[in-house]
Amino acid sequence: MNTTETKSSFQDKLDQDLCIEPKDTMPDEYRKHLIRQISQHAHSEVIGMQPEGNWITRAPSLRAKQILLAKIQDEGGHGLYLYSTAETLGISREEMIEQLHTGKAKYSNIFNYPALTWADIGAIGWLVDGAAIVNQVSLQKTSYGPYARAMVRICKEESFHQRQGYEIMTNMMKGTKEQQEMAQDAMNRWWWPSLMMFGPHDSDSPHSGNAFVWKIKRKSNDELRQRFIDKTVQQAETIGLTIPDSDLKWNETKNCYDHGEINWEEFRRVVNGNGPCNKQRMTHHIKVHNEGAWVREAAAAYAKANAK
Amino acid sequence: MDTQLDLWEVFIQKKDGSEHAHAGSVHASDSKMALQNARDIYTRRNEGTSIWVVPSNYITASNPEDAQMLFDPSTEKVYRHPTFYVVPAGAKQI
Ligand SMILES: [Fe+2]
Ligand SMILES: [Fe+2]
Repeated sequence: MNTTETKSSFQDKLDQDLCIEPKDTMPDEYRKHLIRQISQHAHSEVIGMQPEGNWITRAPSLRAKQILLAKIQDEGGHGLYLYSTAETLGISREEMIEQLHTGKAKYSNIFNYPALTWADIGAIGWLVDGAAIVNQVSLQKTSYGPYARAMVRICKEESFHQRQGYEIMTNMMKGTKEQQEMAQDAMNRWWWPSLMMFGPHDSDSPHSGNAFVWKIKRKSNDELRQRFIDKTVQQAETIGLTIPDSDLKWNETKNCYDHGEINWEEFRRVVNGNGPCNKQRMTHHIKVHNEGAWVREAAAAYAKANAK
Repeated sequence: MDTQLDLWEVFIQKKDGSEHAHAGSVHASDSKMALQNARDIYTRRNEGTSIWVVPSNYITASNPEDAQMLFDPSTEKVYRHPTFYVVPAGAKQI
């Protein structure tokens, strides 16, 4: 098949808002872009289990523990949906994990921050999953069929994640003065990193150009960030939490919130490996992966022996 | 040698009487593990009443380029649809 033909059938489908499916011809760059984005998304789900897993044994009640376990299990599931989505594009699971371990593939920066108190579990569910939901809802309309379908499945599960986090924050705000301070402290630490989850401003977002043309990305970083802020401010106010941004105010003419300057210096520092937990997250993943090797080996050997 | 095990496709029947539809895939060393993994990954919220798993390399898919050849001829065969036929006025229950 020649390149002009590839382009035209691919472009036709995009123009008609049809999904691109695994066996369809597609430009190499489209494939590469998706592999990078989907594998990064998968890695984020998996690495994201670490800050929360840190609190399973210390959850304040059996109910809280059951909920947190179910939430973390979902995140593992999300990672698996997304790895298999990326595999439809011709990359193997081994390659993706190798790229994660060598640093070639990234994961969401947010998971390089520590979960210091129980309130952080509330803040993560409410803010981090809340931000992820805004992003993932828009990706339900992404042009690659398997990715769009994975997003539909994931979005169905995410709203429980956000609500359980918000419930933790609500309960703490109804608690003692110390508990309220703990909730506010978690809010202060997670707010800005949550805003950074949407990536750089549209004016300097290096990967966006083609992503829009190819309909992989349907809403810009700034649009999504704005949507998240506009939803979240009211939720914070309802339970008495303060958004740690003195420049935050309602803009009558634009009909949305104006917000303060995001510290991109910090963002770059953490992306480049110098956040509080970058090393810990990767060391842990590599360790667990290597320690599990014998299980995979044994399973493969067992299957082989039984096949004879 | 480390391995991520084999790829299996997962089909889920949402409720009794409905068809099995493709849900995604899992990695597993054999069919038993594939079923177990599919259950854990795709049916945590009562999404299914039955699961099929099949090794991915056993699936043969039609090529998108052949879609015209395969599916277009049927559009010409309008007589396959009941609306093609003229029923005389007054005839009932047909
Ligand atoms: Fe998730
Ligand atoms: Fe989540």
